[in-house]
Amino acid sequence: MADSDVLNASVSDLQRMLSARAISSEELVKTCLGQIEAENDALNAVITLCGDQALSDAREADQVLSRGDGKPLTGIPLLHKDIFCTKGVRTTCGSHMLETFEPAYDATVVARLKAAGTVTLGKCNMDEFAMGSSNETSFFGAVKNPWDLDCVPGGSSGGSAAALAAGFAPLVTGTDTGGSIRQPASLCGITGLKPTYGRVSRLGIIAFASSLDQAGPMARSAEDCAHMLTAMSGIDAGDSTSADRAVPDFAAALNGKIEGLRIGIPREYFNDALNPKVRERIMAALSQLEKAGAQLIDIDLPHTHYAIATYYVIAPAEASANLARYDGVRFGHRCDDPIDLEDLYLRSRSEGFGEEVQRRILVGTYALSSGFYDAYFNKAQQVRRIIADDFHRAFETVDVIAGPSAPNVAFQCGTKQQDPVAMYMEDIYTLAVNLAGLPGLSTPAGLINGMPVGLQLIGKAFDEATILNTAHRLQQDTDWHTYRPNFGTFQS
Amino acid sequence: MSWEMVMGLEVHLQLATQSKIFSGSATQFGAEPNCQADPVDLGMPGMLPVLNEEAVRHAVKFGLGIGATIGERSVFDRKNYFYPDLPKGYQVSQFFAPIVCEGVFEVPMADGSLLPIRITRAHLEEDAGKSVHDIFPRETGIDLNRAGTPLLEIVTEPDFRTAEQAVAYLKALHSLVTYLGISDGNMAEGSMRCDINISLRERGTDALGTRTEIKNVNSFRFVERAIHVECERQADILDDGGRITQETRLYDAEQNVTRSMRSKEVANDYRYFPEPDLLPIEIDAAYIEAVRATLPELPGAKRERFVSDYGLSEYDATLLIPNHAMASFFEAVVNHCHAAKPAANWILGDLLGALNRSDIAIEKSPISAQQLAGLINRIEDGTLSSKLAKQVFDAMWEGLGEADEIIESRELKQVSDTGALETMVAEVIAANPDQVAQYLAADEVKRKKLSGFFVGQIMKASQGQANPKLLNQLLLEKLAAQS
Repeated sequence: MADSDVLNASVSDLQRMLSARAISSEELVKTCLGQIEAENDALNAVITLCGDQALSDAREADQVLSRGDGKPLTGIPLLHKDIFCTKGVRTTCGSHMLETFEPAYDATVVARLKAAGTVTLGKCNMDEFAMGSSNETSFFGAVKNPWDLDCVPGGSSGGSAAALAAGFAPLVTGTDTGGSIRQPASLCGITGLKPTYGRVSRLGIIAFASSLDQAGPMARSAEDCAHMLTAMSGIDAGDSTSADRAVPDFAAALNGKIEGLRIGIPREYFNDALNPKVRERIMAALSQLEKAGAQLIDIDLPHTHYAIATYYVIAPAEASANLARYDGVRFGHRCDDPIDLEDLYLRSRSEGFGEEVQRRILVGTYALSSGFYDAYFNKAQQVRRIIADDFHRAFETVDVIAGPSAPNVAFQCGTKQQDPVAMYMEDIYTLAVNLAGLPGLSTPAGLINGMPVGLQLIGKAFDEATILNTAHRLQQDTDWHTYRPNFGTFQS
Repeated sequence: MSWEMVMGLEVHLQLATQSKIFSGSATQFGAEPNCQADPVDLGMPGMLPVLNEEAVRHAVKFGLGIGATIGERSVFDRKNYFYPDLPKGYQVSQFFAPIVCEGVFEVPMADGSLLPIRITRAHLEEDAGKSVHDIFPRETGIDLNRAGTPLLEIVTEPDFRTAEQAVAYLKALHSLVTYLGISDGNMAEGSMRCDINISLRERGTDALGTRTEIKNVNSFRFVERAIHVECERQADILDDGGRITQETRLYDAEQNVTRSMRSKEVANDYRYFPEPDLLPIEIDAAYIEAVRATLPELPGAKRERFVSDYGLSEYDATLLIPNHAMASFFEAVVNHCHAAKPAANWILGDLLGALNRSDIAIEKSPISAQQLAGLINRIEDGTLSSKLAKQVFDAMWEGLGEADEIIESRELKQVSDTGALETMVAEVIAANPDQVAQYLAADEVKRKKLSGFFVGQIMKASQGQANPKLLNQLLLEKLAAQS
């Protein structure tokens, strides 16, 4: 079998090959590592490799597979966004602040995926502390989009999305605080799911905005995401906000039946900010779903336009506290020869954090300050409830809400870096979903001038199954999710 | 000008839980630095707090103990400030919705009256670590063993007018929390630390003056002194027509003065907001009732019972009650000897004196309650005179055994045998005819004085073992018979 076939295969196909011993996990891992070695210089998607450990884990997985004890993910290679703490493996969060930080513990997600039999290849680049929508804020340099190396891959899970699209691994993890899984998934032409807040444990994930952060799967198909989500999910005694909800076998539940499914189309998601060509692709995807028996219903989410302002008060406010621990005292970057305590704080933090991170810490600190708390943070919390109510009301009459994942296809590197607000507009369709704590996914919806577009599907709380099934049906009826970038190994 | 002092107190109480409030680390005092700090306590990236239910139960116990309202839904908040011994850069506390709401705490005063103090609130929070400035030259050491220890911060209304009231409140509070078993109350180890908010106003007026806050005073005696010196300082300023600066001050016990802390630390904006990593604490009636069922008898009820059931004076009861161990010791003694008043006297007198001299807590008393009861029983049945009893007590203190064993081995039994006593009396009368004659010639008043001579002689002869009551009776009879 050609390497490119392996690098294109779904998890289900790979598992069939592994179980039949048509390929070993070790071979699979070697192929992936080879692909990373060959192509990563162009993308800068992976910033830490654990090759030796991966090969040894793969050999162990092969023994399990030989005994016939393989589970759906046994021996499947995987890359983690560098926001997940990995025991003994440096975890940087894309920041100079944590350039040399080696956690003494695995994040729950890492431990669960390990227990499910996956083999960790390494860690993916990301926007610094997950703050960005283009993967240009990383201390380790910008990530390039494999569909067009002059374009951004989206962010903050841009390294993960680019790595997956480039065939570095069949599965990658991401986190999504305001769109950080869905927007890069959209820009890189892959499937990415942000689960319901509380579905996946946050323990061991470096915090950005605690009430919004959620980890999720990014993969080549809805089915692969389903396999991964099943392994990642479930209550964790170490995360008080993880939900005590039964975890279904999401992959087993995929039947592609969407007859009678009521899909809400929010008028507000087809506003002036939306690129008309993206709108065309989204409408095309929606008519596919209609053809498959779904019912399209116009709905209103009237407070959508408050989402950006609300998000950019709450997320920076929480971040300003979450990032206070990086003070140069116990771990992380410490400036040379501080003359006193204030100097230690000032220089360690000024040197350790990049511009966007500093901007958000300042904004958050301001929003929480005495005299401004009611006007900003408190007001934002109230609006957040109103935005969540919009969704609850809509879900009384529809089962799924659909729209674009991002207003545009991938944009040119460097074009929005100097204009934070233009950058924040990238997340205009995804932020509200985090504010409401709902599950959302992005699934490919074709190309515009060779660049991918993503359809966003939003579900009711803890109903990831329905949006996965809807995406699964779309992926059965179309081949958009099988498009690969004209890049490296895939070059035609 | 005549000034009235107005004070409110904030007490930081360390709760006696096995592990920290948000992590599994132990909370023992005095461990090697940073040996009781796990990744959560260190504020490591990705770590999350998990609330220790024991801390919640302790807080609810306290609320019930002072008859306060328990918050049905209390919320943790982040209090943001940078300090090297505050690992996360914020302290998890409760600002907007505390677990214990308003209550009234009745403080017993020395004159037997009860002083009602309004409790504003009590909230749960985590303690910070310790900065150590005096071990490494030019550097500060950080010990995070204490970081994450559960604290209950108890805040009063400005209801105190004298230092005596403040100290009485703290003592009563100490007594309550040790009764409840929610804190060891060890002030020297920092288990109970007090902030004093203090202002002066012209006597007879209602408006509050500008206050200062004296932070972290850690003994009853220092609280009293700090209040006095701060009151004097403020009065001097006001008498001179000056103004009080609202600020935080520290009490320097060595110099017996209060000093201003750096104004920077006072000007902190803590930017409180709800802690997103923790769920609100929801407490329902069933939980409250379940906790209520576990409450022990509290000091107030116990005081009343000691007076009514044991016939103790208010005074004795007030002395026995504050120390839970002492009150329990008393009840154990009474259980074995059924003589409450002598039991109280022995505990508050000889036993407490001996314990204090040797700096031993009553929990570790070398004389057990059962042993002391054994001694009291021998006094009550006339075997021991009070003088001999002291000898037995001393021997028991030395660990020489039970009262009965000591009486036996030292032949300390009081001679109450009438025949033996009669013989002794007869011998002394026969040996001292002059004194007998004097006695017979004297009037009633003088006779009483002269009889002492004979008692002394007989006690000497009996080596103190003659039953003094019986001896007196026999002697008077015999002397009367001489005439």
